[in-house]
Amino acid sequence: MDMLLLLFTFVLAIFLGFEIISKVPSQLHTPLMSGSNAISGISIVGALIAAGRYADSSLGIVLGLVAVICASINVFGGYVVTDRMLSMFKTKEGGK
Amino acid sequence: MYTVIELSYIASAVLFIFGLKMLGKPATAVRGNKVSAVGMLIAVVATLLYEGMDYKWILLGMAIGGVIGTVAAVRVPMTSMPEFVALFNGTGGLASLLVGWAEYNTFLNTPGGTLELVPVIAIYLAVLIGGVTFTGSMIAYAKLAERIDGRPVLYKGQQIVNGVLLALLLFCGVVYIAGPGASLAQPLFYLAVLLSLVLGVLVTIPIGGADMPVVISLLNSYSGLAACAAGFVISNTVLIVAGALVGASGIILTGIMCKAMNRSLTNVLFSGFGAAGGAAAAGKAATGEVKAITAEDAYYVLEAAGSVVFVPGYGMAVAQAQHAVRELGDLLEQNGAEVKYAVHPVAGRMPGHMNVLLAEANVPYEQLVEMEDINPTIESVDVCVVIGANDVVNPAAREDETSPIYGMPIINVDLARSCFVLKRSMRSGFAGVENPLFYKENTRMLFGDAKASITTLVDQFKSA
Repeated sequence: MDMLLLLFTFVLAIFLGFEIISKVPSQLHTPLMSGSNAISGISIVGALIAAGRYADSSLGIVLGLVAVICASINVFGGYVVTDRMLSMFKTKEGGK
Repeated sequence: MYTVIELSYIASAVLFIFGLKMLGKPATAVRGNKVSAVGMLIAVVATLLYEGMDYKWILLGMAIGGVIGTVAAVRVPMTSMPEFVALFNGTGGLASLLVGWAEYNTFLNTPGGTLELVPVIAIYLAVLIGGVTFTGSMIAYAKLAERIDGRPVLYKGQQIVNGVLLALLLFCGVVYIAGPGASLAQPLFYLAVLLSLVLGVLVTIPIGGADMPVVISLLNSYSGLAACAAGFVISNTVLIVAGALVGASGIILTGIMCKAMNRSLTNVLFSGFGAAGGAAAAGKAATGEVKAITAEDAYYVLEAAGSVVFVPGYGMAVAQAQHAVRELGDLLEQNGAEVKYAVHPVAGRMPGHMNVLLAEANVPYEQLVEMEDINPTIESVDVCVVIGANDVVNPAAREDETSPIYGMPIINVDLARSCFVLKRSMRSGFAGVENPLFYKENTRMLFGDAKASITTLVDQFKSA
């Protein structure tokens, strides 16, 4: 039952994603992509659990550690670069 | 504590949804990104609250990854954004693969441990999708950064090789899922890790050239789906929700890119556009005379022009000409001309790449126009200045049914009163398609480095 609920969540989230993303102006395609890319770094949650709880063998440690490193690169890099990009978009009045 | 963690995950999922929605509107995009970053922070902190966590490796990993990611993000030039996004996609995919593998490894190390069917399948999917995303992104990165040849790699029996690989993966999957603890399952699982990495390479190498925007969008979607699979592995809702959002947004962007090139997704993935080489795939050879123009003559035309539209392409990024272009645009405006920048949806190597570069050069948002808005009025434009764009202004897409890009929507610069094409040489574009625009009556070629040519024009204006 628990798994069915997760599946239910997944299906609803996919539909939600389609709803909120459609009709994005093309100027924002690159930031949207790198911003959503940063969100996909959410696998950091799984990586943290792997590194924090499953470090029960040397292979486990390596897997967890590398997973955290990769996910952190994705998260930190993704958000910083998206912010950098978006802060360059300006209107003529100088506002953002 | 468990309730607190779960509630935090809900809050974080809500922030992701709002953040993503805000990211889609120019006025709220900056805040949207921050909102989603706060969501991520909450998810990370909540996860650290789990009991029995060993922080040693976590802190080390986050420090290393955080420094690498941040430094890279601060340093990367805007022109290299496509390959940079590809790299990040790859690390996200790899993380999901490792999460799946780590879970399986723990299961193997736990005497008498059991795994339910759904996590068993999810582990396999996380490894498969994560692996394909990782190596696929690395190939995309190498192609975009021009570390390897960007052209599609096609060979005889390619589909068969990929088919065999898929069959092997299916076989490994079935044996592993039937009995993850069985003695045969373990080596087959490791084989599957390896095969999914190989598959990522094999499915990306036949895609090349102008199709890169599609590939990046698609890999973006995969990285979200990989995170989703990892979410099913550890029964975590926030991973599933966030991953699904990214998966959906990637699919939508992929669809937009395909539409902008008038091609179906299967066509992009399997056809190896522009790979067949030679005149057969390049469309009719264009005929006519190429008329070159000097920067000085170009200046006189621009000086008299009442409306000028710049059409940038990847060549502008390569020449780092965006700042010079903006300067020229400002001078033209002071001179009384109406100046616009028309951006094709697939100009450059990733969706929206040109907009980012022009924004970097402080081109105001209002001056950027999309293809559908400029085309109806393009006949009244005095001068179109094409800077390093090729396929997206190729009239063969409208006129030549034999051209591989026939049917692709283009910016109709050839219909403007006159058109300057800034180009290094007569070499064909990234996609290798003949471009009859260069031979048209009202086209003038301004040969040379785009930045140097534009700077010369700027100097002419200043000294006048």
